[in-house]
This record gives sequence, structure tokens and C-alpha cells, in this order.
Amino acid sequence: MSILEVKDLYKNFGKTQVLRGISFSMEQGEVLSIIGSSGSGKTTLLRCLTNLERADKGVITVGNKVVFDPEQGVKLTKEEARENQLQFGMVFQQFNLFPQYSVLDNVTLASRLHAKERPDYKENKKQIIAEIEANAHDLLEKVGLSAKAGNYPCQLSGGQQQRVAIARALAMKPAILCFDEPTSALDPELTGEVLSVIRSLAAQDTTMIIVTHEMSFARDVSDTVLFMEEGVVAVKGTPDYVFGEGATPRMKAFIGAVSNHG
Amino acid sequence: MFWQVTLSLLEGFGMTLTIFALTLLFAIPLGLVIAFGSMSKLGFVIRRFGKTSDGMMKPIPIYPIALVCKFLVWVIRGTPLMLQLIVIYYGPGLLGGQLLPRFTAVMVAFVVNYACYFSEIFRGGIESIPKGQYEAGQVLGMTKTQTFFNVVLLQVVKRVVPPMGNEIITLVKDTSLARVIAVYEIIWSAQAYIKLHGLLWPLLYTAVFYLLFSGLLTLLFGYIEKKLDYFKA
Repeated sequence: MSILEVKDLYKNFGKTQVLRGISFSMEQGEVLSIIGSSGSGKTTLLRCLTNLERADKGVITVGNKVVFDPEQGVKLTKEEARENQLQFGMVFQQFNLFPQYSVLDNVTLASRLHAKERPDYKENKKQIIAEIEANAHDLLEKVGLSAKAGNYPCQLSGGQQQRVAIARALAMKPAILCFDEPTSALDPELTGEVLSVIRSLAAQDTTMIIVTHEMSFARDVSDTVLFMEEGVVAVKGTPDYVFGEGATPRMKAFIGAVSNHG
Repeated sequence: MFWQVTLSLLEGFGMTLTIFALTLLFAIPLGLVIAFGSMSKLGFVIRRFGKTSDGMMKPIPIYPIALVCKFLVWVIRGTPLMLQLIVIYYGPGLLGGQLLPRFTAVMVAFVVNYACYFSEIFRGGIESIPKGQYEAGQVLGMTKTQTFFNVVLLQVVKRVVPPMGNEIITLVKDTSLARVIAVYEIIWSAQAYIKLHGLLWPLLYTAVFYLLFSGLLTLLFGYIEKKLDYFKA
């Protein structure tokens, strides 16, 4: 059974049709890369999945739970809305770390705020906080930044900041972790460390959707590659298929342009 | 004579400090309210007026709360504080109503005036926080309120400290305007010596009080800025 199913997603900005009927599904543990030229709608697709934009039409199902369907018109409670939100983790192009918090606090902040709403929070406060922090330390270790737990974002390199952002997203235990061009804001020498963290997550069967311009990375980390063209899925399949026989003329031109550049 | 002048100037300076402190106390929260008011997106859309180039109706959004706040800020920032003091004190009388006590009139004028200036500083501070901070809060399942208080607010504070320091030091000196409706602050006390004893130096001596106090505030704001220096935003 698929973990994510997207059906007929449409999104307009004013009169510009950005998504024109996107459908795809993915399995638990699958790594899906979305590629395409700028303006093809890949970032908008990711933002619609993560509820940062509201699609106009379509259905999004995670597991067997419908998390988005404007035609159903059901009013969600605050708790349900948050649960749906937390199905998706998001790593931004610009990291968006909270500058006034240490690395550790960036990773724990949201969990600590949620924990306050637990009925047993007052009694078990110490234990709950300790669990949250232990989990955060594990995650920082996973992204290779245990030593930086007490530092502030401004003291880190871009690559380190992005790894903290990955740990922060993982702390919410999302069903699907989304990346919006995670290395596009980084110096070339720093992209490697972020990509290798994503690779190690892939090796641990983390379900991920990655919008990226790193073609060779997309090719070797992904189980599936999805090429978008003017708001629709133009080609989808294994990397070998999409980069090989499945490539449309548009896609060949795109890959040519990207690889000449890099 | 020197000690007598010092004491009576100190008395006047007490009123100066009272106006200063009460203005800050009320104008900061009111300024926040006006700032949120002028950013409010509560309202409705008029669809009847205006056409875009392709003949489609162009909806015009109207935000009444924001309009009222922006109008108030325009009027208050666009007229002298001295005039506002006179209008608030003498205005009710001209309309056949009851005069406010002098001190109350001073406080109303100062609080409203400074709240409007503060509101623009706060609005600038809040709007300068990148959208990504709110989005990061949202994808971590935080509510808008949680994001504002736990993520955005301290960054806003950091950004508004320098302009607020400026405005607050201006307030120290603006308190001298209270004398136009005969509230006895330090300048008034000094002028009494000109009238009664023909002494000019007490008026110049007031500068020492102003300088000491604004020096103190400068140190305080420097300290706060330094405290917030540990992060970049």
C-alpha cells in the first residue's frame, strides 16, 4: 500500500496555472526526486503537499488518511490539522533556522511546545524534556553535529545549518520528509556534506521527496524520478528510465543545460 | 542659591520623569495594538469598481481597521505635538464640554503621539522578519501564536531596539512641551527664576539634567543591544 497518494492536484496563482493535474503515489521508504526547469511547478507542488500553499483542487492521502481534500469541506480540529501538518517534514532552501536559539533548542523547540499540551506534562516535566533532548542529541549525531549542540546558527556554515534543519525536521517524526532544493543556497564545497546526510537517510529507508537541481545526486539516490513540465508530470519512473529511454525532448534539453552548467 | 535652584529644578525634573515614564508605560502597548491594527487584514472586498486591462473585474480589498489606524498615524505624525497638546486641553472647552485636568491632557497627548511613532517602528520590525520563519514554525506544527511569541518576537525586539532608543531619547526632551498647557516640568521651574529673580543660568543648567538622563538611557540601550548581540537576525 502506498504511503502517499496525490490525485489531480491543481493550483493557480491568479491566472497562472502552476499545477495542472498532478497525480502520483509513492511507497513507504521510497526516495522520490522531482526535477524540472524553474517555473515547472516543482516547488509549488512541494509547498502544496506541506500545506504552505493551499491547492485549489485535488486529494492528498497519507497512509490511508485523507489529509487534503477541499471538496469534502470538513472542518478540522486544531489537533487534526496539526497531525496532518506533521505528516510532512520540510527542509527549506534557505534553512530557516531560528536564529535566537541554539542548535539543540532549534531541534527541540516545537516538541517542547507540543509537550506542554500533554495532560501529564506537569507531573513528568523533567522526564519529558529529558526524552526530547535525548532524541535531539541522537538526531544531531545522525547529521554529524553533536559537537555543535550549544552553538547558534550564525556560528555555523551553510552546510551545517542545513544539517541542523534536517535534524529539526526529523524531530517531528514525519511520515514523509520533503526537501526544497536543499543545496541551492550553498557554496559548491558545502553541498557534499548535506547530500551525504540525505544519502544516509535514504539508506535508512526514510521516505523522502526531494526537489533538486543536482542531477547526478537525483540519479543515484532516488528510487523514482519525476520530471515536471509546465505543471504536469511529464515523465516518471526509475532514474535509469527517466534519464534514459523515457526522456522527452524537453527533458533532454533540460539535462543538457543543467549539466553543461555544472 | 545654587542648591536652592538645584532643588527646585529637581522638583520640576520629577514631573519630567513622571511624564516620561507614564508615556512609555502606556505608549508601548498601545503602539503594539496600533501596529497590529494597521497590519490587520480583516475586511471585505469590493468587486464593483475598477477594471483590469483585459476587462476583468478587479476586486479591491478594504481593511477598515487598518485604514482607521493608518489615518490616526497620519494625523498624529503629521501635526506638531504642541498643537496636539493644545487641542486636547482646550478643545473640549471650545466645544462646550468639560476640560480635562492639565496633567491628564498631557498624558493623553503624549501617549497617543508616541504610540503612533512606536507603532510604525513595531510594524517595520514585524514586517521585516522573513516569511520563512513563520513557515518553519508552521511545518513544525506550531500555531501562529506560538510562532509569534517563541520565534518572531525576540527577533523583532532585536530589530526595534536601536530606533526605539532614538525615539525614547526624543521623548525625554519632548516632555518640555508640557509647559504650553502649564504643567510644571523642569523648563518651567527654570523660567520661574528668569521672571522672579532675573536669573538666566538656571535655564541653561537644565541641560545638565537632560544630558545626564539621556546619557543613562544611552548606556541602557547599549547594554540591551549588546545582550541581544549573541544572534544575528
